[in-house]
Amino acid sequence: MRDEATFTVKAGLAEMLKGGVIMDVVTPEQAKIAEAAGACAVMALERVPADIRRDGGVARMSDPEMIKGIQEAVTIPVMAKARIGHFAEAQVLESLEIDYIDESEVLTPADEAHHIDKWGFKVPFVCGATNLGEALRRIGEGAAMIRSKGEAGTGDIVEAVRHMRKIKGEIKHLQGLDDAELATAAKDLQSPLDLVRKVAADGKLPVVLFCAGGIATPADASLMMQLGAEGTFVGSGIFKSENPEHRAKAIVEATTHFADAERVAAASTGLGQAMFSLETSKLEHEQLLSQRGW
Amino acid sequence: MTALVGVLALQGDFAAHARMLRGLGADVREVRVPADLDGLDGLVIPGGESTTMTLGIEREGLGDPLRAFAAGGRPVFGTCAGLIMLDRDHLGILDALATRNAFGRQVHSFEEDLAIAGIDGPPVRAVFIRAPWVAEHGDEVEVLAAVDGHPIAVQQGNLLAISFHPELTAETRLHERFLALVARTSR
Repeated sequence: MRDEATFTVKAGLAEMLKGGVIMDVVTPEQAKIAEAAGACAVMALERVPADIRRDGGVARMSDPEMIKGIQEAVTIPVMAKARIGHFAEAQVLESLEIDYIDESEVLTPADEAHHIDKWGFKVPFVCGATNLGEALRRIGEGAAMIRSKGEAGTGDIVEAVRHMRKIKGEIKHLQGLDDAELATAAKDLQSPLDLVRKVAADGKLPVVLFCAGGIATPADASLMMQLGAEGTFVGSGIFKSENPEHRAKAIVEATTHFADAERVAAASTGLGQAMFSLETSKLEHEQLLSQRGW
Repeated sequence: MTALVGVLALQGDFAAHARMLRGLGADVREVRVPADLDGLDGLVIPGGESTTMTLGIEREGLGDPLRAFAAGGRPVFGTCAGLIMLDRDHLGILDALATRNAFGRQVHSFEEDLAIAGIDGPPVRAVFIRAPWVAEHGDEVEVLAAVDGHPIAVQQGNLLAISFHPELTAETRLHERFLALVARTSR
């Protein structure tokens, strides 16, 4: 018997992306550059986070024509973003046969109380998280892949580090708890108890965990992989830098050889200017995208 | 003696293969550069993105060493992107030509029960993710299973190549078959 779009199949695509770099692209030309540099997938969007941040206003799902152009330009998986809670945008993306939907805080949230019920879709979803409870709530809603939120569009890695350390630290904490304590932990984490038990038993999330938000250099990618990320999303960091092609290759190489400092050093050499960056701690609370979602 | 099996770890689900192989009693080494191939009894090329893997093999200068490894008769097991890497258009180790993303985009990815030649017992629950199939193959390639009339599991001597992902499930029989090839050749 054939079963399409089972959770194994949805979470399985994320397994295939592991050890790779998923790059934000806004045109078919950029998508081709990303693919040729070794990206394992591209995220099709109208504006990279740095530009969304600069322009302000409501950020929405991209024009389907632009997404289709990118799907035609490459053979690697194509992802696209829907607003938090905007299940109609997700339905549109599913009708385009996008490979993964990112229910993303980078776009302006459409629902202040509900994330998308992701179980109802054939397309898998990736969602951002700042801590373990948030990650498990998203998985409970059907997310098949988790990424740190970081602080998109800043080129500042500090928030991604905070989120990754928090998620990993909370997993370690669960591993030392007995059954009664796990029930209380589930309540404190506001997460489904069965998922909390599974995380405690396995010592890892039940889905793939990537890093996103603020990666600008090969060393950033190496740092996040050493902290336990299973792959990286790079948004503005590539196509807002001086030499996108070279930097894209370098971040791919550093993600594969993250534990080999000599290789990361070689990859970091002569890349030109990184993206224009913002120090996250200097941003106003309303400007923090990672505060969106819950 | 415990077999030492390499898993190509440039990108993809190499950790899942390593877990499965260790569970079956093999020693495992991740392979990222040519020197990592030294002394291996067999090699797994995992699932992942075939374009990314192709570029990685080029960047690391792994093409010739991988061809030499297989030419030396040591068993190689490719799954999904690994099957593509082995074909005529890529490493040219397997006398076959793969069609990439043959079943369509991710929404058409699926699971199915399969009967596979040489695998006894209940059917194999096979997970296909943006999977390839074998479009054509030479006489020395034996087709072990097909879906919709297209070969998705093949063997050519010590080369085993499949379109699906037993490493993502509790299905151990394909890896056992590969380790049996390894045991036979490394003896």
